[in-house]
Amino acid sequence: MTDNRFFNRSEFIGILVLAVFLVVVLPLTLDVFRLNLVAKYLTYAFVALGLVICWGYGGILSLGQGVFFGLGGYCMAMFLKLEASSVENTKIQSTPGIPDFMDWNQITALPLFWKPFSSLTFTIAAIILVPGIFALIIGTAMFKRRVGGTYFAIITQAVAAILTILIVGQQGYTGGINGMTDLRTLKGWDIRPDHAKIVLYFFEVGLLFACIMIAQFVRHSKLGRILVAMREKEDRVRFSGYSVANFKIFAFCIAAVFAAIGGAMFALNVGFMSPSFVGIVPSIEMVIYTAVGGRLSILGAVYGTLLVNFAKTSLSETFPELWLFGLGGLFIAVVLAFPNGLAGIWGDYVQPRIDRLITSRKPKPDGWTDSSVADGAPAE
Amino acid sequence: MLVGHQPKEFLLAVEALTVSFDGFKAVNDLSLYVDENEIRVIIGPNGAGKTTVLDLICGKTKATSGSIQFRGKELTRMKENEIVKTGVGRKFQNPSIYDDLTVFENLEISYPRGRSVFGALTFTRDAAVRDRVHEVAEMIFLKDRLNVNADLLSHGQKQWLEIGMLLIQDPDLLMLDEPVAGMSVSERAKTAELLNRIIKNRSVLVIEHDMKFVEDIAHKVTVLHQGQILSEGTMEKVKNDPKVVEVYLGH
Repeated sequence: MTDNRFFNRSEFIGILVLAVFLVVVLPLTLDVFRLNLVAKYLTYAFVALGLVICWGYGGILSLGQGVFFGLGGYCMAMFLKLEASSVENTKIQSTPGIPDFMDWNQITALPLFWKPFSSLTFTIAAIILVPGIFALIIGTAMFKRRVGGTYFAIITQAVAAILTILIVGQQGYTGGINGMTDLRTLKGWDIRPDHAKIVLYFFEVGLLFACIMIAQFVRHSKLGRILVAMREKEDRVRFSGYSVANFKIFAFCIAAVFAAIGGAMFALNVGFMSPSFVGIVPSIEMVIYTAVGGRLSILGAVYGTLLVNFAKTSLSETFPELWLFGLGGLFIAVVLAFPNGLAGIWGDYVQPRIDRLITSRKPKPDGWTDSSVADGAPAE
Repeated sequence: MLVGHQPKEFLLAVEALTVSFDGFKAVNDLSLYVDENEIRVIIGPNGAGKTTVLDLICGKTKATSGSIQFRGKELTRMKENEIVKTGVGRKFQNPSIYDDLTVFENLEISYPRGRSVFGALTFTRDAAVRDRVHEVAEMIFLKDRLNVNADLLSHGQKQWLEIGMLLIQDPDLLMLDEPVAGMSVSERAKTAELLNRIIKNRSVLVIEHDMKFVEDIAHKVTVLHQGQILSEGTMEKVKNDPKVVEVYLGH
């Protein structure tokens, strides 16, 4: 039984371990450059976290999470870009006071949809609402018509492709293929120096844990169990009086909002946003992070993302050509050999041994027994 | 083949129901009336349209024409989950339960509260839920298996679990598609006992092939053949109907 509405005892230990790792171990052992790399990787962990709920629990495979990552990222980048494009900073342009790429594309006034992004409050609301509402529209259109499985995955891919083409094509409004670069300050606070990177890292870790808590709450609610039930026997759920479509829409929307928060943090930490984080390839990579971490494990998603990205960075420096094959091979290997990813390996092999060690020393306390699987993955 | 207009209020009145799949009429101009607290068994050869009738009533299949009135409400225009809320429960032919969840969680999901997204998020497992789950678990002989994952149950236990998931909804009309298929002799006897216990204050519509079982439980039997009613009445009457013997019971 659960100890509260968020986690049981073993999940609490798991969250604590992750917190110590991210808040104490990494900042103490890594230099600022590496820590900023971790911050960049962690922005993808938000996406992976959403995929655990949407894909792992709900069985809805979205191959277009880059769309929501991108929408969140672009909302944040628009705010930062506007602030960086003050009249003073852009006085060499033919139209000062508008972003540089607009000036290069012969646009002479700030487009209407850009104007509200000079407000931080509006921007924060937009980061949540734009992807949320977009997911709501796609989800409603698809799930109410009972489009699911592979068809849904293909449609999300198509959306990712469309959005990329749109962003690249509308260069004057979006910065095109280069994206929005040269982001400098947030409300006058420079985001580029080392100390800002450190502050942003901790802020991001805080947000990540907030999202983990939301995910844990969803998982432990009846809604979490309905998602699992739906994944197995959709008709049974429907004929138990639930509107299956509404639950799918919810799971898809929450995944979209998480992805968008990740995207916004990406723009802040990395200092630019471009269409290369929106399209099909990054979207699929994000699914791979989730699969490697274990699609049923909330914490596994974070570890999977970090691991694959560290591997990507070190391997792509040494074997730039081979890396993509390696990534594809990894995905196939995980799906075939370890369908529950790292969390599955942990739960099947490591955790039972730890449990045995603990139980041989002291009697089992109540409420400990049902958690033989690590990181909150449901027992399979 | 109308049974005739009777002044009494029926729980379920199916009239002139037809469904055609690419021109093939799986159910053809079928009319069927079920009383309150009646156990009605539908029998018939394979392909007679028995399961399709249940699919039509619960909304899984949309009718081509005709009407299905349940307590005066027209079901043919409703969504599946709305039909459930009016009081119709459906058990599928193969046990349709959630393997990854425990018996308790299987029953809890079927408990009729918190069925909206927000309701499910804020749903709490309070004493009322726990008591009801235990009560139903006892009825379906799974009292001591509540914390077992459902995939570890035997086939017969899975069938009971699904019946329990319907019971906890407390439907006015319970539709069971071959509830004893694949069960052992002792499990069959227990299931008959279970059904006889749970029919109080509700009607049951059962599809079954096992004639011994049908005799045990049926108040009235409807024989379907090629999407139409071949015969209807008590088991005794149906058994001696030469048409029924020819197409179904004879071989």
